[in-house]
Amino acid sequence: MSGQYTNEPMLDIYIFETSQLVEQLEETVLSSERCGSYSSDAINEIFRIMHTIKGSSAMMLFNEISNLAHIIEDMFFFLREEKPINLDCSALTDFVFESVDFIKLEIEKIKNGDNADGEATYIIDKLKVYISQLKSNNNIIIEGKNTKQESVKTQYYISQSSSDKQLYKYNYKAKIFFEDGCEMENIRAYTIIHNLKSITSDIKHIPEDIIENDDTIQQIREMGFEIIFRANQSYDEVYEFLMKSLFLKELMLTELHDDGDFIEKSIKAKEASDSIKMPIIQPNQSVKQNNNTDSQGSAAQGFISVPVGKMDKLMDLVGEMVIAEAMVTQNPDLKELNLDNFNKAARQLRKITSELQDMVMSIRMVPLSGTFHKMHRIVRDMSKKLNKEVELVIIGEETEVDKNIIEHISDPIMHLVRNAIDHGIEGKDDREASGKNKLGKITLEAKNAGNDVVILIKDDGKGLNKQKILEKAKQNGLLHKPEEEMNEKEIFNLIFLPGFSTKEAVTEFSGRGVGMDVVVKNIGKVGGSVSVDSILGLGTTITMKIPLTLAIVDGMNISVGKSCYTIPTIAIKESFRPKASDSIKDPDGNEMIMVRGECYPILRLHQLYKVKSAREHFHEGILVMVENEGKNICLFADELLGEQQVVVKTLPTYIKKIRKIVGLSGCTLLGDGSISLILDVAGLININV
Amino acid sequence: MADILMQEELFEEEDTQKGKYLTFNIGTEFYGIEIKYVTEIIGIQVITEVPELPEHIRGIINLRGKIIPVMDVRLRFKKPFREYNDRTCVIVVDIKDISVGLIVDSVSEVLNIPEQDIVEPPQINKGFNNRYIKKIGKVGSDVKLLLNCEKLLTEDEIVDINEAL
Repeated sequence: MSGQYTNEPMLDIYIFETSQLVEQLEETVLSSERCGSYSSDAINEIFRIMHTIKGSSAMMLFNEISNLAHIIEDMFFFLREEKPINLDCSALTDFVFESVDFIKLEIEKIKNGDNADGEATYIIDKLKVYISQLKSNNNIIIEGKNTKQESVKTQYYISQSSSDKQLYKYNYKAKIFFEDGCEMENIRAYTIIHNLKSITSDIKHIPEDIIENDDTIQQIREMGFEIIFRANQSYDEVYEFLMKSLFLKELMLTELHDDGDFIEKSIKAKEASDSIKMPIIQPNQSVKQNNNTDSQGSAAQGFISVPVGKMDKLMDLVGEMVIAEAMVTQNPDLKELNLDNFNKAARQLRKITSELQDMVMSIRMVPLSGTFHKMHRIVRDMSKKLNKEVELVIIGEETEVDKNIIEHISDPIMHLVRNAIDHGIEGKDDREASGKNKLGKITLEAKNAGNDVVILIKDDGKGLNKQKILEKAKQNGLLHKPEEEMNEKEIFNLIFLPGFSTKEAVTEFSGRGVGMDVVVKNIGKVGGSVSVDSILGLGTTITMKIPLTLAIVDGMNISVGKSCYTIPTIAIKESFRPKASDSIKDPDGNEMIMVRGECYPILRLHQLYKVKSAREHFHEGILVMVENEGKNICLFADELLGEQQVVVKTLPTYIKKIRKIVGLSGCTLLGDGSISLILDVAGLININV
Repeated sequence: MADILMQEELFEEEDTQKGKYLTFNIGTEFYGIEIKYVTEIIGIQVITEVPELPEHIRGIINLRGKIIPVMDVRLRFKKPFREYNDRTCVIVVDIKDISVGLIVDSVSEVLNIPEQDIVEPPQINKGFNNRYIKKIGKVGSDVKLLLNCEKLLTEDEIVDINEAL
């Protein structure tokens, strides 16, 4: 059971953390680009993120990712230190995104259990070139780089050892070889450094980044581990001290005689090891930094991630508890007893359980904002590549959808946004020629509508050309109806057919003619629908309707005989108690009722579902008028039981396999543990039509 | 090494379930169902009727937040309906990831029926419940009809649809 959730926990955490970091990074970069400059906060954040990715990737032995992160870290380190003025933000952003994409791809591979075998070398090379360009642009020649390092280093020396620098009398240089096959040489080297810190704080060592970079293992094996340090202890003492190290094979300890030699050596050391630029972080510094990241991390987002399986389990448990609570508080044994205190306590319990239930239900709901904001990146990348100017407007991002549904709709939304930019929005010149604003506009809008969430993807581009669509459909043999008989909607809907593509040239982004039908298929999987509306020259709107299959709806419970049904409240227009004389019957036996001068059909639920012992007389029951897409119908039920929020559950698959039941969209658990069937208003109206 | 141990454990688990049957009765007959399909046995619950289903699917029940359909095995075998009482049980089975509750008159016990005591059902009998019977087990002087669970759930949907037409 638990194995399901804890599959290689380290790896899971790594994947989760890294993807979150990457997402955060993307957002920062995008907002920086939008402002046109990288603020020092943003640079610091990117630097920090890259540093974390570098470290954790190296730990998990994903060296390509770590190398790439390293070079980006370098780049931002440079930006942070030098604050170059003539910086091409958008080129920089491109580089970061390219790298981010690489990391994302690798993470995806790791997630699927494949080997992360991508080669980052070309990106790294490109970045190196870019960095050196940056440097030369900013008049920092390579020598400058060295001096810079030196200055950084000297600063570091001063700051670190101002208090006790004078106290050290001797300079030493030690070269250490470890026993063959002792493994983890870098960790062992670090242990030595750590031990040395008890006698000195002035230590230099080669290679430098022993902890972060596992490649150093090899280096230590081949060339030995070199330490240069100052101490007050005599040669013999130091020698003994070092000899205590575990797995030591060979130790060469020499005393250096003047400070100059020491510094020179350490500079050389710097140059020799090729991954520098970062001064070693001393423990106290690193602790501080860690604290920083931690507090920033928790302030930035107070989220934890939980496997959906556990959430489902929690929801079931809470459901069970509600039932158990009802069993206790409404226990027949308690009847006719006067239990003031018990009732008080029971009321409290009921309040808490219902709150708990609401909470658990709402946890599953996730706002669409994450999905929507991802589109910024796509819009940016594409408009740049296609040389169009496009602005993305997001409305209603706070609309909540069940987690499972979000996963199904983010790809379709991406497809549609790409389509809108590629096919919808015209080039700048065309737009100006037709008197439109040069800046194209794509609107991504989400809203609740009845039982559905509606997502609109609107562009103000050239719109769909009916003639072209028809021609294309004819060419591809997709036309099964005479042209003249097709109305506008039918023509537009042709674009959803598999194999339809109006764009002559296949571009990098869209135009293979697979997009639209995949969109329809994916949305169909969660029970939604897609429709398109367009005005030639003014733009296209694509509407996705997604049902809240697993979502919470407000429902009105009604009883028919012994059965209980739930009608989504949003569909209900009114309910009223009819008089026996109100009913009109047509010769076919269909019942109707006249309400305020309008005539509505009546559907008797007990007849439809053959429920026994229901109230059949008109004046005993109640009529509920429901509406769907402009059509109204009156449902005849026994009684209204009350309104409550319900979680829609699908009927068991076994039942769905046996028969598709007309007019039922699912079922739900009521507070007392009994089951209510949820009526599908659209289905009911269609039976009657 | 660990793998071998795990495999052994698996075998053991399979072994402990092998040859064991949960027996229940409907009317005067005793039936057996392989223990590996059985998730749990519960008393009769409040059943919510679902319209438009074949008669033997009595409806759905709420099993601790999970909604599962229940089938009256009596009606499935075309026997007359009998009112449920406190002996009536629901055997929750899990067959190919489909959970279904089977309503039976009463559950008796878990029996170990060794393979040599299990025989093929007679072929000549074309009776209605023959197709649900996989094997026949002998326990002392009694006979237990061993059910083919998968057929129980699927076999005659086609018939149902034909009936409906």
